[in-house]
Amino acid sequence: MAEALAETGYLADDGLATALLLTGMLNRPLLLEGEAGVGKTEVAKALAKLENTDLIRLQCYEGLDRSDAIYEWNYQRQLLAIKAREGSGDDADQVEEAVFSEKYLLERPLLAAIRQASPPVLLIDEVDRADEEFEAFLLEVLSDYQVSIPELGTVHATSIPRVVLTSNGTRELSDALRRRCLYHYVDYPTPDREARILLARVDGLDASLALQIAELMGKLRKEDLTKVPGVAETIDWAAALLGLGAGNLHENRELVFDTLACVLKTREDQTRVTQEVTDRLLGKVA
Amino acid sequence: MTTASPETHEDIGIVLRLRLAGFVRSLRDSGFKVGLAETGDALALLRSPLMRKSHNLKGAFRALFCGRLSDWNTFDDLFDAYWFGKGVKSGVKVSGSSSKKSMKTIRELMDAQGSRQDTIAGDVERQPGEEDEDTDDTPSGRREGASIAESLGQVDFRNLHDPEAAEKAHELAERLAKSMRVRLTRRDKQRRKGPRLDLRRTIRHSIAHGGTPIELIRKGPRHRQLRLVILLDASGSMNNYTAVFTRFVHGMLDNFREAEAFLFHTRLVHVSSALSERDAARALDRMGLMAQGIGGGTKIGEALAEFNRWHAARVIHSRTCVLILSDGYDTGAPEALGVEMAKLRRRCKRIVWLNPLIGWQGYEPTAGGMEAALPHVDLFAPAHNLDSLAALEPYLAKL
Repeated sequence: MAEALAETGYLADDGLATALLLTGMLNRPLLLEGEAGVGKTEVAKALAKLENTDLIRLQCYEGLDRSDAIYEWNYQRQLLAIKAREGSGDDADQVEEAVFSEKYLLERPLLAAIRQASPPVLLIDEVDRADEEFEAFLLEVLSDYQVSIPELGTVHATSIPRVVLTSNGTRELSDALRRRCLYHYVDYPTPDREARILLARVDGLDASLALQIAELMGKLRKEDLTKVPGVAETIDWAAALLGLGAGNLHENRELVFDTLACVLKTREDQTRVTQEVTDRLLGKVA
Repeated sequence: MTTASPETHEDIGIVLRLRLAGFVRSLRDSGFKVGLAETGDALALLRSPLMRKSHNLKGAFRALFCGRLSDWNTFDDLFDAYWFGKGVKSGVKVSGSSSKKSMKTIRELMDAQGSRQDTIAGDVERQPGEEDEDTDDTPSGRREGASIAESLGQVDFRNLHDPEAAEKAHELAERLAKSMRVRLTRRDKQRRKGPRLDLRRTIRHSIAHGGTPIELIRKGPRHRQLRLVILLDASGSMNNYTAVFTRFVHGMLDNFREAEAFLFHTRLVHVSSALSERDAARALDRMGLMAQGIGGGTKIGEALAEFNRWHAARVIHSRTCVLILSDGYDTGAPEALGVEMAKLRRRCKRIVWLNPLIGWQGYEPTAGGMEAALPHVDLFAPAHNLDSLAALEPYLAKL
């Protein structure tokens, strides 16, 4: 599994590969937790690529409700249809049946995901941002894979999607949801793995430079920062250093300091990490 | 180890089933939330040929049985201890049942309080008539009637030693929490005249008019309840108040949908999980175990720094009210406290600082720490008796 994932450009550790394998075997959703920027969302994208299916994404936010997540009727079209039929002499039942049909139904991600011909990957991103009410009802969809629409009846899943949920831990999720899901905690990658990620993602990067960047990044994350940089930042930084022609970090100390804007995203962090600090960190890097 | 022998492809032996059941039981004992469905899936995994290697199986079980980061961190030890017999039993017990001796539990504090009369800051004048109250109003026996309840409201917490007062604090907290909740749900309903049309409801209502949408229904932004984060000072100088305040905090947590509590003295301790226990006495016991070192010195600045660093991002959002219960006597540097307060202020909606000393006559917030913190505080209010806590109600309800 890990090897197959690596082909899509995502380097997973064994634990994550096992967990992804299990989502298919047990038909359970996978809950990924971890700091921002460790590549949780990428997991779902890589899985979709690997399975060669669609990725359906539901971005959660506060106040997300049924009509944004599951389905909604197309009211404007319904009103038009009612007006258009007014003179045609249809009776009320016929009009109602016509208006509440598939034609006027707007699919939202959750409904779309269970009505695909082949099982897609459903990514429910940052589920902790949605409120608890939504969580309860997400649970209902995820355990039975069916949605009931009062006017149409119950819609059963034609295919069971591979579900990946991500959470940044801004809110504690309910035990019921956690119990329903497989769990994996995504940590920052080890320098070795991060270097391999860099090599896979940044074209033309030298292996020794990649390792240097990854090691420096590991040291930097241990500093007292308000916003710890994620893997995406490392990739940006590597691309920047490569673009500016840095071959070896030790020979380009000033360039390293000048390009720190790629990884440090708050004013406090930028003032805290001075040239001396970067030099000190660089000193520990082979 | 756990893998079934090759010849039992179809079913796994009774021994293994029993072992698995035992493992699940030990996980549950350690606070994992594991249901029957998970056990069933685990059995299915044991049957699968993919899981023949113990390494694979461990990873698979970890994904299946863990639900949160704390589970994730303890799982490996539990797994090894159970299946391989590694590590001592006590090493994998969960926190909460920790057998380390606590320096001083809150219960003990409550008992010890009766005999404690010395107060800090001797230069502050005592309230007139306080001595009378001390002797007349706080007998250890029961009191009855409304008039007594009233007088109870005005007695300084320092002079309240009976359990009834703690009970009152709990009730009061319940009322405060409810007043905030009721207010906000009502507001929620009144938002019918919002900026956007609610087509779903409009069409439903149009049925009565033969399909013509005469009555337009609108919707507006929903308002949700505030989140409350309580930081309680449990240092030596607050000894006289700690018992009542912990009850108050427990009451708040009990009734608030979203609330977190932290306790600090020289360190910061997250005590929400202990206080989620409904039974007050047991909650206090558990909290006492977690918060070792109650009654020592105070380093408010450091505690706040720790809070900002490790907890703030998780527990605070833009609709959070931070409630600090402290007397402001700080042994750390006042500047540090000022800096941390400013950081905290940027994150949350309101900071309310309740200081029991305000109730004392002639009190001025001149303690270095208090002075540094004041510019960042939205409401600085007394909290020396039940009435002063009740007086918060209008303010909290408006938030």
